[in-house]
Amino acid sequence: MLDPIFIVEAVVNGILLGGVLALLALGLNLIFGVIDIVWIAYVDLVTLCMYGVYFLVSHYGWPLWLAGLAAIGIGALLGVLVHLLIITPILSSPPINQLLATGGLLFFIQSVATLLWSTDHRSVRVSLPTLEVGGIFISFTRLLAFVLAIVAMIALYFFLTRTYTGTAIRAVSQDREAITLMGARPQRLYLVTSAVGGAMAGVAGALLIIQYAVHPYFGGAFGPLTFMICVLGGLGNMVGAFAAAFIMAQVISVGGVLVSTEMGYVIAFVIFIVLMFVRPGGIFARRA
Amino acid sequence: MSPARLLGAAGLAVLALVPLLPLGPAQEYIWHVIIQIFLWSFVGNAWSLMGRFGLVSLGHGAFLGVGAYTMVLLWNFFGMTPWLGTLLAVLLTVAFALVVAYPCSRFKVVGHYFALVTLAVGEVIRLLIVAERDWTGGSLGVSLKAGGVASDWWTLQFADRRIFYYVGLAAWLFGLWVWWRVDRSMARSAMEAIGEDETAAASVGIRVARFKMAITALSAALTALGGALLALYLAYANPDSLAGIGVSLRIVFAVVLGGMYSLLGPFVGTALTIALSEYLRIYFGIKLIGIAETIYGLLLIVFIIFLPAGIYGSIAQAVRRRLIRPSGDLPVRA
Repeated sequence: MLDPIFIVEAVVNGILLGGVLALLALGLNLIFGVIDIVWIAYVDLVTLCMYGVYFLVSHYGWPLWLAGLAAIGIGALLGVLVHLLIITPILSSPPINQLLATGGLLFFIQSVATLLWSTDHRSVRVSLPTLEVGGIFISFTRLLAFVLAIVAMIALYFFLTRTYTGTAIRAVSQDREAITLMGARPQRLYLVTSAVGGAMAGVAGALLIIQYAVHPYFGGAFGPLTFMICVLGGLGNMVGAFAAAFIMAQVISVGGVLVSTEMGYVIAFVIFIVLMFVRPGGIFARRA
Repeated sequence: MSPARLLGAAGLAVLALVPLLPLGPAQEYIWHVIIQIFLWSFVGNAWSLMGRFGLVSLGHGAFLGVGAYTMVLLWNFFGMTPWLGTLLAVLLTVAFALVVAYPCSRFKVVGHYFALVTLAVGEVIRLLIVAERDWTGGSLGVSLKAGGVASDWWTLQFADRRIFYYVGLAAWLFGLWVWWRVDRSMARSAMEAIGEDETAAASVGIRVARFKMAITALSAALTALGGALLALYLAYANPDSLAGIGVSLRIVFAVVLGGMYSLLGPFVGTALTIALSEYLRIYFGIKLIGIAETIYGLLLIVFIIFLPAGIYGSIAQAVRRRLIRPSGDLPVRA
């Protein structure tokens, strides 16, 4: 029989993982809600930001916090580039082509990363202490990442609700046609949304590089999971995505301890599939 | 015979004669590339049976993987001949596909949601293969046990690649034949109506769930057969090369690149992607690892942006516009 303390530890780790997953899901969901295109390669942008932090810290000697801030800028820039170069030409294409164009970007980013930086695993060494609370060991690094992820999400919340641009972005996601009648330019709002979504990827990258080693296929580990969370919460529904991230993180973390890491993911995906049948609009969808 | 048929017959004759031509020292390699094109086109054709009706599956890697691994494991652990193993693999995959397809059509999971559910299904299969590493060899993959005799119709392992060349050719033609039968059937009209608007289709008496499950079962069966043939030919199966998102996306890419609404679209797309990646791989060799894939990814994006109907589809459209013949009989259907 497994010591209950391990389960408690898994639950705590699940909550900490949930924070970062929620950040990823919110970034992707923001873009989907506004532009109505799923960026299959979203998590691969995060990978690029992780590389950015890694090189700024280990090759150019930047302090970690500054590199992290730079990653936000890198992410925003990548978001804008993806929007201008790939999304703009296919805005009116069939959904399958939109999906595949960003899927092509996924192949492209993974192979460019392999080409430039090989398949080595690279990590930024952060020596922070491990906290012990009542027999549970909590990594201080993870705790820090969790807190910063929450801060970033609160910032996003205030941006969307308290600023003029944020309000306009929410309006686009509610009604694409009406917003043009109100005199806003959707193209400009799309660009801002892509930049903000990219910046969120930058934050996530900075928070992930202090916990995990980065390699070209890093996105493969988090990518599918991020989509599942977005869909589970309801595509475009921010509160739903936030809650779904914590649910999925719990399943993976506790399932990983009880059975095995892969089975934790299998259980999470199976729950996702079943919930899709029962609540196709996401777990928090209002019944029509 | 119409010119189009004549052209088809001539092309087929050339393909059938390739193994008999003296192609010099590279002949084994050329056969190998063509065999892969045949088998992956066959799988692409199977995918397009669903894709053309709006059932965009990103989980065909699951069907491929279940098919391949069932056949390989039955042979490795129980010594079951691949003839029977492949049959069981196809049946198992169909059963599995129906388990997924039934709730999907019952609860009207369509569009983006269908794509993402199938994506999750693909990941579940890949992760299960990795997790059950005692049986499946995990992420290292599993080799097909050698049959003892160099060439044998019982184990379906052949030292001579040319035999598999004809197996691949036959499989590919079989896939085209199935596609053509579906294209000519009443089911096609029904499925097109369902793809346009399920509620409207149901209101004119089309049994939506039945048609969707039938086409899914057909597509899954052919994909599983393709997976088993690929595993037999390569004598190896790996969760990343025969299951999961990567391979699912590659299948879809090839088909969309070629054109998913035309008979030869999947073949053109697959032939191009395989030829391209082989060419880039040879050209760059072991220097600049990753450059081949980089160019490949870049070209995919460019093609999808600028040729949304696919290469073959776009050409067929253009030809059709030029050559509308008096009888109205078109040289190619797109």
